[in-house]
Amino acid sequence: MTSRTPVLEVDGLSVEFRTVRGVVRAVDDLSFSIGEGETVGLVGESGSGKSTAALALLRLVSDPPGRITAGRVRLDGRDLLPLSDAEIRKVRGRQVAMIFQDPMMALNPVFTVERQIGEVLRLHLGLPKRRIFGEVVDLLRLVGVPAPEDRARQYPHNLSGGMRQRVMIAMALACRPRLLIADEPTTALDVTVQAQVLELIQSLKERLGMAVLLITHNLGIVAETAHRVAVMYTGQKVEEGAVADIFDDPRHPYTKGLLRAAKWEGAKEGALHEIPGVVPSPFEMPQGCSFHPRCGDVIPRCRQALPGLADVAPGRPVRCFVAQGDV
Amino acid sequence: MRQATTTRTAAVVGKDEAPVLEVRGLVKHYPIKRGLFAAEQVVHALDGVTLSLGRAKTLAVVGESGCGKSTLARCMMRLEEPTAGTVLLNGADITHVERQALRPLRRHMQIVFQDPYASLNPRWSIASLVGDPIRLHRLAAGSARRRRVAELLETVGLGAEFLDRYPHELSGGQRQRVAIARALAVRPEVIICDEPVSALDVSIQAQVINLLKRLQREFAIAYIFISHDLSLVKHISDWVAVMYLGEIVELAETRAVRERVMHPYSEALFSATPLADPHAAATKKRIILAGDVPSPMAPPSGCRFHTRCPYRKDVCAEKAPELRVVADRLVRCHFAGEPGFPPAMQASGQVKKRVPG
Repeated sequence: MTSRTPVLEVDGLSVEFRTVRGVVRAVDDLSFSIGEGETVGLVGESGSGKSTAALALLRLVSDPPGRITAGRVRLDGRDLLPLSDAEIRKVRGRQVAMIFQDPMMALNPVFTVERQIGEVLRLHLGLPKRRIFGEVVDLLRLVGVPAPEDRARQYPHNLSGGMRQRVMIAMALACRPRLLIADEPTTALDVTVQAQVLELIQSLKERLGMAVLLITHNLGIVAETAHRVAVMYTGQKVEEGAVADIFDDPRHPYTKGLLRAAKWEGAKEGALHEIPGVVPSPFEMPQGCSFHPRCGDVIPRCRQALPGLADVAPGRPVRCFVAQGDV
Repeated sequence: MRQATTTRTAAVVGKDEAPVLEVRGLVKHYPIKRGLFAAEQVVHALDGVTLSLGRAKTLAVVGESGCGKSTLARCMMRLEEPTAGTVLLNGADITHVERQALRPLRRHMQIVFQDPYASLNPRWSIASLVGDPIRLHRLAAGSARRRRVAELLETVGLGAEFLDRYPHELSGGQRQRVAIARALAVRPEVIICDEPVSALDVSIQAQVINLLKRLQREFAIAYIFISHDLSLVKHISDWVAVMYLGEIVELAETRAVRERVMHPYSEALFSATPLADPHAAATKKRIILAGDVPSPMAPPSGCRFHTRCPYRKDVCAEKAPELRVVADRLVRCHFAGEPGFPPAMQASGQVKKRVPG
């Protein structure tokens, strides 16, 4: 599907956590790629493994208890997983940057904005002290912070939620990364501010030619900003495709259910469409397809065997026996 | 002036004769004193809010953080003392009822909060959590209470097997069901739902909304539904009130809101809500407001929205608009009702994008 030069290629990534109750496979055989200037949405509910996958890309999963047990992660063709700690540290922040849901947690409350963004510039680019303030102000201007000279001297608590997220983005962009990982970047923000921040990420992506991995549970945000989308459930990718294809013609029953829920379908009939049940506990994974206890299309085979991913149309891998039988 | 507004409000909103809950001209100011010699400042959390809620109806209150929607809920519940205005429950003024006398009134009004992780005491079993309001209001004791709790758990879709479990053993959706069972325990007429599903996963949100709607039909409960999610509100409420900086800027029947909105802020709020439909998203008129919500300590002069309004004119900074009747609703805007206003809503089918200026 992607004719763009791939920036990130993830192949068969698996992450396990060893706990007192047993081994949990948080990410199971995950593969996807993102091209230059492309936004890929990684969608799933809590516990789907989407955030763990993002952390694993940068080897940020703490070991123990977590461990990357299989897979390959390549950035511009370079394998990231075998790198030494010193080498991967250079990749983080410089070639791959990450922004999180809660900017207040990610910013240090006792340092000024200048000091925090300046640290990135000093560490990764080796910028001399006298040039740092000017560069910080330029970055703040780039992300649309009004009065950047004043803001640079302020502390995170002086800023509103939207402004803090802009500072986070400025920090992430300080080294012009090849890949931006945005993990629920607007979940803590009001909708009108969310619209500003999404628009900002979009325009910066175009200007800098970055690849963006957008992790979210919000299908509306995916519909409005992503090119392609991968849907995750209990650590596995269950479906992938171009945004318009997925939204017009979802094939996996879980994707169908999510979309109907996100559109509040059924309101006119008096009851919203719901997906019954809850996400299974990682310690009590059902036999066969992990979605089968909540699935309306279940056939006997779903209870016995785990479906693999197979293309039901060009560029449309789906992990479902029923959907695969449709073709 | 306020009197006139109230009467006109009644003309439009008062279709439900004998509302179960009503607030008139509700004001809540929080005084803040910073430093010894600093002048006292005031946070204008609520400024003259008038609303009424019909029996077994749902009134949605929509707005962003700082708009006063949660303060409104807390004042209605008398968890906060309003600075001015009145709260009426079944027509009786409860604004100044003493603490002691308040408890029996609270039976009629319950609240469900956004975060079921924070609103349930982790050391209490589900039986004690749901049984507590029954004990407080002396509705049942001993085994009768336990039976009643089991029945309530059944009503919200949890079985009696949950009685002796603790909140940490439950998922987010199950916890919110417990919070709802707890609110139901005293058979209230009104439940204030403060963002009841926004902390839940998408697939669980619909389950909880369906539960709330079923309970409304079965027990004739009226809801004040506080939310920032306009797409949800459009589907489940009878009335929508849009708030901005402590004031109602638009109040209408949901049916009318689905057709169009008239206040520029409502319009911006609707257009900012992401739609789970890439085709609609590609053609929709997106209005991106500049800046943040101003501080409620120093609300802007004139129309409080004028600093962010894409259609502002000189008069907006000078004169505060009244909440007035425009066609089938109440709108607080000088230009609402003029032909071709707000402009983006009129340019049908045409992509109109505004960049912060």
